[in-house]
Amino acid sequence: MCKLILRPIRDEKPDRSVRPAAPEENLPPVDMSVTLAGMTMKNPVVVASGTFGFGREYGQFYDLSELGGICAKGLTLHRREGNPGPRIAETPMGILNSVGLQNPGVDAFIETELPFLRQYDVKVIANISGNSPEEYGIMCEKLSEAGVDMIEVNISCPNVKAGGLAYGTRPELAAEVTEVAKAHAGKVPVMVKLSPNVTDITEIAKAVEGAGADAVSLINTLRGMRIDINTRRPILKMNTGGLSGPAVLPVAVRMVWEVSNAVKIPVLGMGGISKGEDAAQMMLAGATAVAVGTALFADPYAPLTVRDGLEKIAARQGLSAVSQLTGGVKPW
Amino acid sequence: MKVERKCKILSKEWLNHDAVQLVLEVGDMVGESFRNPGQFVHVKCGEGLLLRRPISVCSCEENEQGDRLTLVFEVRGEGTEWLSERQVGDTLDVMGLLGNGFPVKPKGRYLLVGGGIGVPPMLGCARTNGGKSTAVLGYRSKDKAILVDEFQADCAKVLLATDDGSMGYHGFVDALVRQELTEDKNYDAVLACGPTPMLRNVAKVADEFGVPCLVSMEERMGCGVGACLVCVCDMKDGTRKHACKDGPVFDSKEVDWDV
Repeated sequence: MCKLILRPIRDEKPDRSVRPAAPEENLPPVDMSVTLAGMTMKNPVVVASGTFGFGREYGQFYDLSELGGICAKGLTLHRREGNPGPRIAETPMGILNSVGLQNPGVDAFIETELPFLRQYDVKVIANISGNSPEEYGIMCEKLSEAGVDMIEVNISCPNVKAGGLAYGTRPELAAEVTEVAKAHAGKVPVMVKLSPNVTDITEIAKAVEGAGADAVSLINTLRGMRIDINTRRPILKMNTGGLSGPAVLPVAVRMVWEVSNAVKIPVLGMGGISKGEDAAQMMLAGATAVAVGTALFADPYAPLTVRDGLEKIAARQGLSAVSQLTGGVKPW
Repeated sequence: MKVERKCKILSKEWLNHDAVQLVLEVGDMVGESFRNPGQFVHVKCGEGLLLRRPISVCSCEENEQGDRLTLVFEVRGEGTEWLSERQVGDTLDVMGLLGNGFPVKPKGRYLLVGGGIGVPPMLGCARTNGGKSTAVLGYRSKDKAILVDEFQADCAKVLLATDDGSMGYHGFVDALVRQELTEDKNYDAVLACGPTPMLRNVAKVADEFGVPCLVSMEERMGCGVGACLVCVCDMKDGTRKHACKDGPVFDSKEVDWDV
């Protein structure tokens, strides 16, 4: 039998020049919390070291408690003024920087910046760079006493002459720094930030895992260069710098995938994330949590956009917890 | 605090071959974040370019129907090229107002010095100060001159210079600054915006006459709010400050002009 459908007669035709709004989605709630090396965060989105200062600037624009964690600007034992300018050059879908670890020193951080960050319900991850294993040790001791939630040991800064990248490209040195950091960090978990500027990143990851690291974060920036063809000078005063931004995302996803297959400790994945899809890729590749960095410069609200996008993706895929994405890639 | 707004272009004018003037409707931006003339906005220039472009505010006003902002910028590269192709009615993604600006007092008497695309922010200073100031404006040549009529309407006196002598004094603005400071001892301060060599020379002259001098510095910028630390300005005391957050306006005596 034929059923007659009666359509209401409309006076006005819909405006066909604009796309009609999408039907409202009724998505189930998703548990956004993740636990990275014993540190539980309310969501997996962290802001990357060196892109967020100590939170004061972006804290004017939104509540820092919305974030899962904050990796503070890289600290050194003593105050550093950093490299001369220009320190930034724009590249296709990315930027090169050579800031050179400008920071007020670990003591000033503990005295004035940490109490500010502690006003918020957000995990505070201190990032440290040293000229010697001893310096890493001293800083770990100070920070562990001051009570940060995690210490990120930077052995991968491409923009400083001493230490930095030198430790991150040789497995035995990376292990030595990790051991010293662990010995002085007390109960505070130690995460080692790895450099992509190596032949095989899993070698370094395995070395720091063996030395007791609780987690690894990757990737730091890729070394790059841009030249002004008229002056024939590099744009950056230091000639070369570190590449970040959407351009590096596929490299970062590949390295996170390789590292998470090679070690048992959790991975904080970063490099070029600017939306939920990027973060989901990074988690599927094996990351427990993700960091957003360069995307902040285009959009100060990028970490919140990433968090909301990620939640939507997890909900649409029928996951009850975002942590179910971690390591879910199905390689051919 | 809201820092990012979608702003509609109300009018667009080409002031010369390279300079564009846009008037934007910016919601409550001016009321919320105006501190001084000489602040800047950070404008997204298309999807393909990651970084925003810092553009100094020429003038601004609060308005119940939506605050208004006048920007004048020069087409210098891909980003500003994209911006110059926008049309009336288009929407821009604008962060602002950012930076400190020139602390202009309504009762003060200032010598305003602008060079090239450093001229526009000085107009905001002239207007804040109710026509009591003198402007010294320098351009590469007559066809590059912008906003001269506007300065004549809002300043007690306007002196012009061109590098090639095609309009006004043949030479650089620092010579006119010297002449003006010699003849008139009643300036509260010299305020300047333009290329760094010009700022260095103007600062030197002001220093000789013992007149305070504030300069607006231009640097390659990242975040625009003081988080990424790339727009570095070397200070005399050996520290490195940042144009976006500590500036763009600095006391010329603090700046290390020898780097």
